[in-house]
Amino acid sequence: MTFSLQRLGLCAAAAVIAGAAPFAAQAAWEPTRPVEIIVPAGTGGGADQMARVVQGIVTKHNLMKQPMVVINKSGGAGGEGFLDVKGSRNNPHKLIITLSNLFTTPLATGIPFSYKDLTPVTMMALDEFILWVNADKPYKSAKDYIAAIKAGTDGQFKMGGTGSKQEDQIITVALEKATGKKMTYIPYKGGGEVAVQLVGGHVDSSVNNPIEAVAQWRAGKLRPLCVFDSKQLDYKDKITADQSWNDIPTCKSQGIDVEYLMLRGFFMSPGATADQVAYYVDLMKKVRATPEWAQLMKDGAFNQTSLAGADYLKWVEAAEKTHEALMKDAGFLAKK
Amino acid sequence: MLEDIGNLFHGFAVVIQPFNILLMVVGILLGVIIGVLPGLGGANGIAILLPLTFSMSPTSAIIMLSCIYWGALFGGAITSVLFNIPGEPWSVATTFDGYPMAQQGKAGEALTAAFTSSFVGALFAVIVITLVAPLVAQFALEFGPAEKFSVFFLAFCSFIGMGKEPPFKTVASMMIGFALAAVGLDSVTGSLRLTFGFTELLNGFDFLIAVIGLFGIGEILLTMEEGLSFKGKAAGINPRVVLQTWMELPRYWMVSLRSCLIGCWMGISPAGATPASFMSYGIAQRISKRGKNFGNGEIEGVVAPETAAHAAGTSALLPMLALGVPGSPTAAVLLGGLLIWGLQPGPLLFVEQKDFVWGLIASMYLGNLVGLIIVLTCVPLFAAILRIPFSIIAPIILVICAIGAYTVHNSSFDVILMMVFGIVGYAMKKTGYPLAPMVLAIVLGDKAEEAFRQSLLASGGNLGVFFSNGLVATIMVLGLVALFWGVIASAWSRLRGVPKTA
Repeated sequence: MTFSLQRLGLCAAAAVIAGAAPFAAQAAWEPTRPVEIIVPAGTGGGADQMARVVQGIVTKHNLMKQPMVVINKSGGAGGEGFLDVKGSRNNPHKLIITLSNLFTTPLATGIPFSYKDLTPVTMMALDEFILWVNADKPYKSAKDYIAAIKAGTDGQFKMGGTGSKQEDQIITVALEKATGKKMTYIPYKGGGEVAVQLVGGHVDSSVNNPIEAVAQWRAGKLRPLCVFDSKQLDYKDKITADQSWNDIPTCKSQGIDVEYLMLRGFFMSPGATADQVAYYVDLMKKVRATPEWAQLMKDGAFNQTSLAGADYLKWVEAAEKTHEALMKDAGFLAKK
Repeated sequence: MLEDIGNLFHGFAVVIQPFNILLMVVGILLGVIIGVLPGLGGANGIAILLPLTFSMSPTSAIIMLSCIYWGALFGGAITSVLFNIPGEPWSVATTFDGYPMAQQGKAGEALTAAFTSSFVGALFAVIVITLVAPLVAQFALEFGPAEKFSVFFLAFCSFIGMGKEPPFKTVASMMIGFALAAVGLDSVTGSLRLTFGFTELLNGFDFLIAVIGLFGIGEILLTMEEGLSFKGKAAGINPRVVLQTWMELPRYWMVSLRSCLIGCWMGISPAGATPASFMSYGIAQRISKRGKNFGNGEIEGVVAPETAAHAAGTSALLPMLALGVPGSPTAAVLLGGLLIWGLQPGPLLFVEQKDFVWGLIASMYLGNLVGLIIVLTCVPLFAAILRIPFSIIAPIILVICAIGAYTVHNSSFDVILMMVFGIVGYAMKKTGYPLAPMVLAIVLGDKAEEAFRQSLLASGGNLGVFFSNGLVATIMVLGLVALFWGVIASAWSRLRGVPKTA
């Protein structure tokens, strides 16, 4: 019981800090040492790219007096990175960029970590998921593909994804629920690899993020079927000769009632003060106002929701509950 | 094809601007330094320097970064030969014969052979990229999990049964390596294995730390036991050593050609430079007339892995550019850079960004040439390092090793781990257990396991998937032949009554 009380306490403290942030904004705390951004994933992935773009923008536009360093700590599905930041209490020079493994890794591996151990800073954007198939296959729409899955046998269709018991597999399980047929889920190391395996015909479909598969889409090798969001994407520039991101229907409209968005946001080490949090919230606001950031958002067809303070915390709380429920359903929780 | 060659000349015109040439030299020098420091690999170096390039044009930036990459590939060989400490994973196989050569006072020859072979390998790979880029990208698409596993299988098989150590010791050593490779997150089930609740073990045993400890620290302990005498002391400084070695090298053209082919294939598939160097070494030993002398300072044993590693390292950039799949960690960081510069790797990059792609390819030709000239002029200098008394150089090596181990994950636990591996390495050398199979298993063990399980997932548990098409079946059969080659050969020689040589 003490454990959960402690959690509650921390949670409340975090909420107070976050809520107090706007009032403390004029208190001018500034980094006095180089600031580390921990990436709880490997080099070249979505989180890594975003961290490096942020680093590049901060350096190029001179937004911070101290340098910014990006460090990958990908061990144990990102657990290494989370535990590192958790262990850096009162070190205000350490940020961590998160993806869904903020929730899935502790749940699936049982490592002693929760998002409540960290201080929330700001949400930068949400990453979309799209159902892709090989362009040579006859499935022109999500409806066609679902019909084919339903007509097939259990395990006949192969879904490639990044990692195991993480976002891609969670979506796959949700798809299985919607179709009533099992799929064979094959985990790979990175999203780029998954996209190429799909082009090579080694799997039947993937749920790649837009930025991971866009090059293959433009080259006519992959076909997007539907997006796992409540509305169509905002970006109307043509990507191929006749299609833009905006032309991809939502999965819901295709009879697959599955929605999933992935957090791309920053947390910092525990014990951070209100003016330290306010400094980084402000810094990231400046980052998001640059043309380079706008370009990244457009390239990756990101959902440009950004939250800070209490709203951010509320979003994260709700997201953790959703993940816990989804993973419990799928039998992905670590055995105690 | 003709159009491609026109593009290439256009690329040369872009590269030959003075500013770009300057970046090239700076990049090579930085790369050599990065390659020499174990742990601070090319991937880390490029990641650190990437932000510097954001203000440059993408073409200048990629020229500098790729030159750091070439420099690191060259630099990795230096410490392998001089101190038996591989600066990069793919330099491990270079230590097998390079270090014994240095001990016999032939460090200059070994370095010259290593650098020249690196250049030959890279040049071959660039020519392949220039001529058949689109075709080659297509080939990479054929590689599913089963094909990848078969390649790893071949790498293991061509390396097993080298025959010098008792087979059981080799197997024991390799199995320990597999066990160590299994620690950490199991990527197929997403749960932790063999960590026993220690969060330090989440990341498993990093290959670099194992190698720095097993080879570097282990070697220092051995030398200390032998009374602090440094065997390389006799190395004379001979400025003509480069030319003399060059006279000798053309004799090994078959080894070079074979290693080039292995390297390109491994780089494109993309399995990477490390399996390429091991596979090439194993096969060279099997085929060479002097194969029995491998491991005692045979120059072919330096040529084979270096050529293959460079050919693979260079051709690994092709799948990155054409498919967006990096063939090496360094290529992965470069990939991140491309996206920041607003370039989208993928099938259309060759069509839409001709300046960039052909500028990069042209810089591969020139960068490697510049690199070769720089490192070759330094050969006598590098070899002279061995004249420094051991009691001075050993503490420096220890410090550099510790820094290297720390840099891998910025963790002081890794430094302790490195010392433990050092003691293990010393014990294994004393008891006659070979280190190489263990290292090979640590590097490729988890990748091979992953590919194996992915294949079985896709086939529903049917082993037939490894013989399901011509490509995978051929590679598997090659692997089996390589595995039993020793048995076949010794049975054959016994049949003919040839006495066994030790």
